[in-house]
Amino acid sequence: MSDKVLMKGNEALAEAAIMAGCRHYFGYPITPQTEVAAYMSKRMPKIDGGVFLQAESEIAAINMVIGVAATGKRVMTSSSSPGISLKSEGLSYLAGCDLPALIVNVQRGGPGLGGIQPSQSDYFHATRGAGHGDFHMLVLAPNSVQEMVSLVFKGFDLAEKYRMTAMILSDGTMGQMMEPVSLDMGEIKQYDKPWALTGTELKRKPNIVNSLYLKPEELEVKNFERYEKYKAIEETEAMYDEYMMEDAEICIVAFGVASRVSQNAIDQARAQGIKVGMIRPITLWPFPKKALLKASEKVNAFVSVELSMGQMVEDIELATRCAKPVLLCNRVGGMIPTTEDVLNKIMEATKVGGAK
Amino acid sequence: MIVFEKPKALTDATLHYCPGCTHGIIHRLVAEAIDELGIQGRTIGVASVGCSVMAYNYFDVDMVQAAHGRAPAVATGVKRSDPNNIVFTYQGDGDLAAIGTAETVHSAARGENITVIFVNNAIYGMTGGQMAPTTLPGQITQTSPYGRDVEKVGYPVKVCEMLSQLDGATYLERVAVNNVKNVKNAKKAILKAFKNQVEGKGFSLVEVVSTCPTNWGLEPSKALGWLEENMIPYYPLGVYKDKYKEEGEAK
Repeated sequence: MSDKVLMKGNEALAEAAIMAGCRHYFGYPITPQTEVAAYMSKRMPKIDGGVFLQAESEIAAINMVIGVAATGKRVMTSSSSPGISLKSEGLSYLAGCDLPALIVNVQRGGPGLGGIQPSQSDYFHATRGAGHGDFHMLVLAPNSVQEMVSLVFKGFDLAEKYRMTAMILSDGTMGQMMEPVSLDMGEIKQYDKPWALTGTELKRKPNIVNSLYLKPEELEVKNFERYEKYKAIEETEAMYDEYMMEDAEICIVAFGVASRVSQNAIDQARAQGIKVGMIRPITLWPFPKKALLKASEKVNAFVSVELSMGQMVEDIELATRCAKPVLLCNRVGGMIPTTEDVLNKIMEATKVGGAK
Repeated sequence: MIVFEKPKALTDATLHYCPGCTHGIIHRLVAEAIDELGIQGRTIGVASVGCSVMAYNYFDVDMVQAAHGRAPAVATGVKRSDPNNIVFTYQGDGDLAAIGTAETVHSAARGENITVIFVNNAIYGMTGGQMAPTTLPGQITQTSPYGRDVEKVGYPVKVCEMLSQLDGATYLERVAVNNVKNVKNAKKAILKAFKNQVEGKGFSLVEVVSTCPTNWGLEPSKALGWLEENMIPYYPLGVYKDKYKEEGEAK
C-alpha cells in the first residue's frame, strides 16, 4: 500500500489512538514507554479538543482517565510495569464502575524496579490480578507495529462495546522497533452512552458512576452480571493467529516479541523436516482456549515461549486440560530467547512427543 | 409565600449523617450556590471516600464516586473532558490531607479550574474515629488513645496555609458553620468558589472546620463548643489566598 509510513511501535500506538478518536491522554514518564507521552504532548495541543496532561503520579493519571471515561469520551494512559502496579487501584475502579478506557503497558523486567529491558512478566497481572476484586480486562498483545495500530482501534471498540478496560500488553521491543505501517483503519463504530456524565441539562435524572454497593446482595448481582458479560466475551472475542499448524506435531504458543523469534525458529525447524507450528494468542484475555484445545487433539507437545517464568504455561495447561505436555522456553529479566534457544526446545519437544 | 425551601440541587434522599454533624449544612450551602448560579444542569460532582462517600445520593447532579484521595484527579479528567462542566469535589480531611495529599497539591499547583469543598473535622469519621492528618495535638482518637503525641506522630496539616504558597491556587478560604454568622460567611465563600470556576479563574478550595460529635464522644452542642475552643484557634478562619483580589489591589 502506498499510504504506509515508517514508525516506531510506541509512536504508531499514540498516533493510532488519535486516529481512533482519543482526545485525552494522561501519563507519567517511565522507561520504556516515554515516547508515547512525548508523542502525545507534541500532537494533542495541535488537535481540536486534544488534551495532553502530565500527571503528578501514575495514580493521578489513571484517575484522570477515570474522570474522562465517566464522561463517555475515549481516553488513554500508558506506562510500564512498575507504573502499572501503581495504576492497579484505578484499574479496579474502572472495572467496578464499568467504564471503557485503553491502558497500555510497555512491559519491562521485574519485580520491583526490575530493569528497563523488554519483558512479558506482567502476564498474570494483566490476565488475572490487575487489581482487587473480581474482574477482567480485555488484554491485547500485538506482535508488529501494524498490529499495534489495529489493536488500538480494536481495543477502543471492545472497551466501549463491553464497557470495560482494554489493555495493550506491549513490551520494550514492540515499543522501540520500526516498521512500515498503515494508519487507516476505516470507520469508527459509535456506541450509545446513556450512562455518561454530561450534565443533566435539567432534562434527565442524574447519572451516577459508582462502584460502591453496601448491600452485599446488590454487590453480588453486579459481580454475577459482569461475569455473564465475561462469559460472552470468552465465547466470541478470542483472537489468535496460526502459523504452519496444518500438519504440526509440536505447537509453539507465543505472543508479542516471543512470537517473532518463534516464527524464525519454526522456519529453521521446518527446513530440518520437523513438523512444528505456532498458535499466537492476540487476545491474552480472553485466551484462545478453543484453538488450543483443538490443537491438543493433534499435536504431541506444546512449547510456551515467553519472557516470563512460565506465566502463560498455566493458561495453556488449563485450555488443553493438561492433555499434552507443555514445555517452557523462556528468558527473563530483560533477556529475549534466541532462535537457537527456541530450536533447542523444539528438539526437546520432539523427544517428549516420541514418548507419547 | 415560600420563605424557606430545599435547594433544587439537593435530592429528596434522607441524609445518613449523625445528629449534630455539620455535613448536612455544608451540603445545603453547596446546593444553594449551584442554584444561585443556575449551573445545576452542567454541574458534575465528585464524591470521595469518607462519611460523604454517598454524596452522590444527595446532590441532584451527575456524580462520580472516586477512590480514596483521588477526587481532584478524577475531577481534573471530568473538567478537561469538557471545560463547560462545572466540577466540584467534596472531601474530608483523611481523604484530602492524607491519602490524597499529592492530588490536592498538584491540582492546586496546576490551577485546575475546579471547586474543592474540604470538610475538616479532625478525625476519620466513617471508619470509626481514628487519628486524622488534622487531629489536634493531644486529641484522643481510636488510634491516638493517649492523645496525639506530636513528638511521635508530628503535627496537623494546615491545608489552606500550605496551599497558599502555591502560585497555581486562586482562592483559599477557611470557614466554619458553628453559628449563623459563620454559616452566612461559609455560604459566601462556597458561592465564590463556584463563581470563580464559572468565570474560569482556576482552583478554589473552601475548608469548612466541622464537628464529629459521634467520634469526638460529645453531644452536638458540646461538640460545637469544643470546635470553638480548640479547632478554630488552631485553624483560624479567614481568606488565605484570593489571587484576583490581590491583583485588583495591586492595580
